[in-house]
Amino acid sequence: MNKLKRYAGIIWIVLGPLAIHYLMATAESEIAKKPVIDTQIQWGVFLTIFYPIVIGFILFGLYALEGNYDHIPESSAEIDDYDVKPL
Amino acid sequence: MNNNETKGIWKIIGASSLGTLIEWYDFYIFGSLATVIANQFFPKTNPTAALLSTLATFAAGFIVRPFGALVFGRLGDLIGRKHTFLLTLVLMGGSTFLIGCVPSYESIGFLAPILVLILRLLQGLALGGEYGGAATYVAEHSPNHRRGYFTSWIQTTATLGLFISLGIILLTRHSLDADAAKSIAKFNDWGWRIPFLLSAVLVVVSIYIRLKMQESPLFSKLKAEGKTSTNPLKESFAHKANLKMVLLALFGATMGQGVVWYTGQFYAQSFIENVCKVDFDQSRTMIIWGILFATPFFVVWGSLSDKVGRKWIMILGMLVAVVSYKYLFTQILNTTDAKTKVEIVDKREVKPTVTLIKNSTDSLRKVVTKTYYEDGMKMVETKTDTVYSAIGKKTIKPVVSVAKTLGDSDYWKIVGIVFILIFYVTMVYGPIAAFLVELFPTKIRYTSMSLPYHIGNGVFGGLTPFIATLFTTIYTNDKTVGLMYPIVIATLCCVIGSLYIRNRIDPEVEGV
Repeated sequence: MNKLKRYAGIIWIVLGPLAIHYLMATAESEIAKKPVIDTQIQWGVFLTIFYPIVIGFILFGLYALEGNYDHIPESSAEIDDYDVKPL
Repeated sequence: MNNNETKGIWKIIGASSLGTLIEWYDFYIFGSLATVIANQFFPKTNPTAALLSTLATFAAGFIVRPFGALVFGRLGDLIGRKHTFLLTLVLMGGSTFLIGCVPSYESIGFLAPILVLILRLLQGLALGGEYGGAATYVAEHSPNHRRGYFTSWIQTTATLGLFISLGIILLTRHSLDADAAKSIAKFNDWGWRIPFLLSAVLVVVSIYIRLKMQESPLFSKLKAEGKTSTNPLKESFAHKANLKMVLLALFGATMGQGVVWYTGQFYAQSFIENVCKVDFDQSRTMIIWGILFATPFFVVWGSLSDKVGRKWIMILGMLVAVVSYKYLFTQILNTTDAKTKVEIVDKREVKPTVTLIKNSTDSLRKVVTKTYYEDGMKMVETKTDTVYSAIGKKTIKPVVSVAKTLGDSDYWKIVGIVFILIFYVTMVYGPIAAFLVELFPTKIRYTSMSLPYHIGNGVFGGLTPFIATLFTTIYTNDKTVGLMYPIVIATLCCVIGSLYIRNRIDPEVEGV
């Protein structure tokens, strides 16, 4: 199971840039179709919101690949005693 | 639990839930009145631009929610849950009341939409801080083995907030004049302000109740021991051990929960009204009935999650949604399709009217056609175009609006489908408060659980009606193409959740 979790991490890492590419391509074609301020604002907002989320998704994939999800905390004590090493 | 403890927890749930319910009500009346607000606050010269502006404002409300989660989550972990979610209530109530007071665009010009936008952003900010506080507060008062059950009462508030907002809007819309048409006209003119102004009364009551509440016992204990966090944001998001759980909560649970929540309620309503052309009142009462029948299941699933774990209930909810969305929405489409019905030809009424346009030689022609069907459906089509006095000049595309009133059998069939959609919502949403609370330590719980919740529910979920509608304008051949967005997001979340989330992550998480 842990191997599967790690390998799936590669898929999440790859999906991130693909999602960005899809968003950019759709934004470009939609703005070209209707080059008005409304369309530009709308797609500008979408891209602004989803960029950091996609970066978070790639990070999630990276953590999975590194095996950080091999073990998920099981008890209160374990949660409260997080190793507080900064990133 | 002895009797006193039981009585105590119900007081806590009642006080927390009432405030949260009012916040959701405040937040949803704006969305439910988007078209009316567009006419009041945005230039009428371009109705599409006006509606888009309102939807953008609506989205802005959702986008600032994660920021609210950070600002108030941090505050809640520093100074305590009670005072923080009291503050969010005041902010939300104040903003809602003021939206009801802003003069229209015709009176004060561009200041009107600017003020509305600012107040809407404040609403989003307040909501971002409210939910995490209420869920944490109730969870930290609950016994370990019934956390899912007790927090599920908080989970009913979002749906009930929508229920009350729709109910109050419909009541106000029909009670301003004995004549139905005049009442609706008055509502569109000034009556829409009533639901906003009413919020002030509700908020004052809720603040009074919340002021009497005590701080969460777990937070009080941490504070007494001097163990509260000094920098909740840093501890939540700059420490890998916690950040990985925040990311897991977002991509393995809240992201899918958000799209299922909004598809089952908001997109369903938008689809019934705008794609199927069912009239304003029926499209809303269908949602009201669906909510009424499905709401008890939040508590059922929350309670069951104490016995079988949170994970598989949520995953199953997403899975059945993904598999059946296309079928259910196609059923709604077919049920309301006039082509599948037999018209009573003798009853057809056509009423043309022509009125001269002021200061012009042109006229406005309006043709209202009422068509009746054997199954009880009535369809009113209004076609409006300009008759030019200049020879050879014609309206290129007349404005056509359609409103269908369904017969009883079709009406209840769609209520049944809406019930199923909201039933899925109860599966994904009922256990999620307990699930999120159990992922994070007490000292940074408010901050850590609020952010993934509001990105999942607010951003992924809140943008569902917007993105789904956008899809239908890009891919015009398929009326259910908008469902691709929730289906893709929920599928991804389902896979991630199944792979990485533990079924009962922390059965012995510290509680009272």
